[in-house]
Amino acid sequence: MTLTAKLKDVCVKRQHKTILGPISYDLNPAGITIVLGPNGAGKTTFLKVLHGVERLSSGHMTWSVSDDEARASQAYVFQSPIMLRRTVRQNLAFPLQLVGMPKAQIAERVESWAQKIGLAQALEVSAPRLSGGEKQKLALARALIREPKVVFLDEPCANLDGRSTREIEALLIKANEAGTSIIMTTHHIGQAKRLAENVIFLLDGKIHDSDAAASFFTTSRTAEAGAFLAGDIVE
Amino acid sequence: MNDIWAGLGSAFWLIVTGDPDLIEITLRSLQVSVSALVIASLIALPFGTWLAIRRFRFRRATIAALNALMGLPPVVVGLIVYLLLSRSGPFGVLGLLFTPTAMIIAQVIIITPLIASITHQAMRELWAEYHDLLISLNTSNWQRVRTLIYDGRRALLTASLAGFGRAIGEVGAIMIVGGNIDHATRVLTTAIALETGKGDFALALGLGFVLIALALIVNFAIHVLSRTEREGRW
Repeated sequence: MTLTAKLKDVCVKRQHKTILGPISYDLNPAGITIVLGPNGAGKTTFLKVLHGVERLSSGHMTWSVSDDEARASQAYVFQSPIMLRRTVRQNLAFPLQLVGMPKAQIAERVESWAQKIGLAQALEVSAPRLSGGEKQKLALARALIREPKVVFLDEPCANLDGRSTREIEALLIKANEAGTSIIMTTHHIGQAKRLAENVIFLLDGKIHDSDAAASFFTTSRTAEAGAFLAGDIVE
Repeated sequence: MNDIWAGLGSAFWLIVTGDPDLIEITLRSLQVSVSALVIASLIALPFGTWLAIRRFRFRRATIAALNALMGLPPVVVGLIVYLLLSRSGPFGVLGLLFTPTAMIIAQVIIITPLIASITHQAMRELWAEYHDLLISLNTSNWQRVRTLIYDGRRALLTASLAGFGRAIGEVGAIMIVGGNIDHATRVLTTAIALETGKGDFALALGLGFVLIALALIVNFAIHVLSRTEREGRW
């Protein structure tokens, strides 16, 4: 069953300040969807709302399946990768252990993913000791190892060098080709152009534009999106 | 100063001659304190971790009470356990008063809040670090507790060792509920109190040195076995 989400008047407030919303939107995550917008636009909050880990102040959001099913078929990669205080092998195995996968199968998948992210020689290294790029690749692999239907990524390439960014993007494209839908935030227009099939443009906590990438980057429907793409400072 | 040297000599002599009384009360001290530590850890480690991750109405009050209980006067604990286990008390029928079991019960009551409180402090920091990841992985409360306990095991070891330190050196409560009966409930601390009362300072000091050595050996042994402070390990 295809996962789709319906947001109805969704609003997130913190200390009486509106961080996100009101948003009413039908999301059909297919391919790679980029959530674009300047810093403070509400991209992270939007992603967390979709993943169901952000409490709504008002409105409601539903997936086409039950909340538990939706969460089980999703994964989330944080901007600052959270490493368990364990080895690379144990970090990769962790999500699979949670769902009770047999040990032999876990070992096989862990080896395979370690190869894919170039950490096969570092399986016994303590994960928090890895470099920033390696940590982010490990976090991505840990998210994808359970073969989720949808993976959310919050600026996964922020603070990474060009090489690491390219490696992460290659992993994302492969995962997408393997059938995982990707919803990713970024404020780098270049990265959005390289990856996006669909774009959601957020500004000031609201969706200002959403379209297929090809038309979004050529004929933006709002002045704010056009200004952002032109490199102007948009607030 | 002479007493200290005499105490050292006495301790050395007791150990090299393998004094049977010393061995008996040392083993009993270990039996009581390690049993109390295991029971208290089984209660306090999950409870302290659970307290770190759960939000409920009286959470603050519970934490405040737990911190306050760390300073429980052992003599009062001993008195309460005595009253509960005495013939006229609610558990008198069990006949546990003046047995090592009564001493273990008293020590569990004394060290559980200490271990739980240190666990809560350590797990609170680890939970702040892991919170988003464990929530996003849709983990159950039990899986969260297990993950935190596993990854925070070094800090929990410290919490347990603090509990062991308090248990092995405790005298007030176990004197009341154990009665310091020779060949039955006498342990190192109560023996030291007895010998001091009798004016045999050399023997009391000797037992004191054995007690200190025992605490150090147990601490070192646990650190070695659990491989703390190793390069590249958490």
